[in-house]
Amino acid sequence: MSVTLEKVDLSLKYTAYYKQVKEELFEGSSDILNAQRSKAFQSFVMQGIPTRKNEDYKYTNLHPSFAPEFAFVHSRTDEEANLQEIFRCDVPQLNTTLAFVYNGWFSKKSSAIDQLPEGVILDSLENISKERPELLSKYASLANPDEDPMVAMNTAFAKDGFFLFVPKGVVLDKAIQIINLMKGSSDLLVTQRNYICVEEGAKLQLLLCDHSENLNNYLSNSVTEVFAGSNAEVEFYALQNQHNKATSIHSVFVEQQRDSRVTTHTASLHGGLIRNNLKFILNGENCEANMYGITFLDKKQHADNFTQVIHAKPHCVSNQVYKNVLDEQSTGAFSGRIHVVRDAQKTNAFQRNNNLLLTDQATMQTKPQLIIDADDVKCSHGATVGQIDEEALFYLRARGIDEDKARLMMMNAFAHEVIQEIKLEPLRERIDELVDKRLRGELARCHECSYGKDC
Amino acid sequence: MLSIKDLYVSVEGMEILKGINLEVKPGEVHAIMGPNGSGKSTLANVLAGKEEYEVTSGSVLFDGEDLLEKAPEDRAKDGLFLSFQYPVEIPGVPMVNFLKSAVNEHRKHKGEKELTAGEFLKLMREKMDMVDMHPNLTNRSVNEGFSGGEKKKNEIFQMALLEPRLAILDETDSGLDIDALKTVANGVNALRSPERSAIVVTHYQRLLDYIVPDFVHILYKGKIVKTAGKELALELEEKGYDWIKTDN
Ligand SMILES: Nc1ncnc2c1ncn2[C@@H]1O[C@H](COP(=O)(O)OP(=O)(O)OP(=O)(O)O)[C@@H](O)[C@H]1O
Ligand SMILES: [Mg+2]
Repeated sequence: MSVTLEKVDLSLKYTAYYKQVKEELFEGSSDILNAQRSKAFQSFVMQGIPTRKNEDYKYTNLHPSFAPEFAFVHSRTDEEANLQEIFRCDVPQLNTTLAFVYNGWFSKKSSAIDQLPEGVILDSLENISKERPELLSKYASLANPDEDPMVAMNTAFAKDGFFLFVPKGVVLDKAIQIINLMKGSSDLLVTQRNYICVEEGAKLQLLLCDHSENLNNYLSNSVTEVFAGSNAEVEFYALQNQHNKATSIHSVFVEQQRDSRVTTHTASLHGGLIRNNLKFILNGENCEANMYGITFLDKKQHADNFTQVIHAKPHCVSNQVYKNVLDEQSTGAFSGRIHVVRDAQKTNAFQRNNNLLLTDQATMQTKPQLIIDADDVKCSHGATVGQIDEEALFYLRARGIDEDKARLMMMNAFAHEVIQEIKLEPLRERIDELVDKRLRGELARCHECSYGKDC
Repeated sequence: MLSIKDLYVSVEGMEILKGINLEVKPGEVHAIMGPNGSGKSTLANVLAGKEEYEVTSGSVLFDGEDLLEKAPEDRAKDGLFLSFQYPVEIPGVPMVNFLKSAVNEHRKHKGEKELTAGEFLKLMREKMDMVDMHPNLTNRSVNEGFSGGEKKKNEIFQMALLEPRLAILDETDSGLDIDALKTVANGVNALRSPERSAIVVTHYQRLLDYIVPDFVHILYKGKIVKTAGKELALELEEKGYDWIKTDN
């Protein structure tokens, strides 16, 4: 069968490549990362690049994304960030502590880490895993290569990313903004590995902005682990705003200890193919987990949000609201799994996925899945796929608002419920603007980047 | 101002209006009454430009121009206003944004300067007082969670903001308490002038005590079967529609 053949071929290409660059991968890397590397590689060999036969990837075909002849970046190239250039594009300039990751490598030089409060660490993973391996072995254990081939691939190839540590009781009053910049003279594949640890009673607002310069094929396969200690508070915002030749696979794992509160916000404004894996483990009583997602798609773009929440302890609340606006021939998917384990009584788990299809060609797959092994729980899920409410549209038009503008108002209204949950106010305003711009059909870009119309 | 000639309208292949003729001159108020399902709202919606209604024959001129070929928003900007029988809720669209856009679209069309946020709020407060609308309502989304009566008041409030030349009120009086009914009538009367006209669709003579019509028409099974002065409404109140039904 051709599918299997293709799968084998493409996966073989990457396993062969691993063997070829193995020395480079191990060189300069810490023992702790290298120890995972070999195991994860075996796991990747077993699994391969997923096809649609893989239940967890049945709505997303990653094969075309892996087809180009990518270059990898296996060592640090210290480049200075051109801030002006970046902010002229659609990366919001906010009052934040800024840090940069270039092609998967944390850049100490361009990052304003000296402004951080005492005890807070923001550094490269490569560094920290050598200097403070105990921090990693204590907290990093969430991403399991055997559960996901993309996590396996990341673990096998990743050498760097950022490491963020907020010690006990430290409240960061300024948000940290990390700009992931992809910039190359050829097609690039980037594997980035990030760890975030917010200890007991600490508080963090973090914003990740993806940005790519020039119009190459980019594939980013990143993994981020987030550990929230007891009574910690974390807001995690991801702004995905790239171009149609960019594939972004981002797996985020969150573990929460008792009384902690973690909110994730994923705003996918632009990108060729986006796959977001988000897995929460509520590992202490009285946790609150909020997961919001807003996605805008057009042309042949594809986005797949795959969430899992494991209620491992009683008295926790989880809340998911994901919305998609799909235009032209775009395709979208949402799979949301909620697992309430046996003793997690008094669980409150809520999930909703609403989708707005603007054309007949756009399609959306939505799949809730509840696995409930406790008896005293409240769970609800709901999904809608619909068009713009024609009655409402007529009402607006009957008051003199022209059709395009009325549609825009309706689409903004649809997105509003999710956007209003962004607590970082300047970001909310910027996202509002970006969404408005996006919906007007303007390229989510500045003209300096001079991307073609199709991107 | 408005001239409807031999208008036939179908919805989903079903003929609902069967040859409507109606002349509305500047300054006139016409009341349209008639049993449930006779086609009053259909007529109102066709005039406002609702697309699901198919005009199979006939013509409508508004200020001498073909109304039917215009988009709903252009009809509105030309001065036609429909107060909906069932105003729709639009969650997520804030009232203030909606109203400001509507007002400014009208102003642009007339070649006037758009209002700033401050100017608009001032205008809004003034009109809100006029129709006795609770200020909290403008902090919500359009009609979201409004009571039946509040929705109707909101229609009149919008009318007061947009100052149409032809207002079509589709059962704006239904669901209003006595005080609200007077307020709504005052809102309509405040707009009355030799240049402005109104078509008032109602089931109750009571509203017509406040908004006194020049003509009363009875619409029955898609046709205007009787036209007379304001006394016709009183007659209907007394006798009901049976005599109309047996005659037609
Ligand atoms: N969109 C539609 N689809 C199908 N039938 C419709 C539609 N709109 C109106 N009709 C039908 O057309 C007829 C006239 O309806 P219309 O709403 O115009 O009546 P009306 O005179 O306003 O009645 P009421 O006094 O109850 O408001 C009714 O039989 C109604 O069911
Ligand atoms: Mg009606």
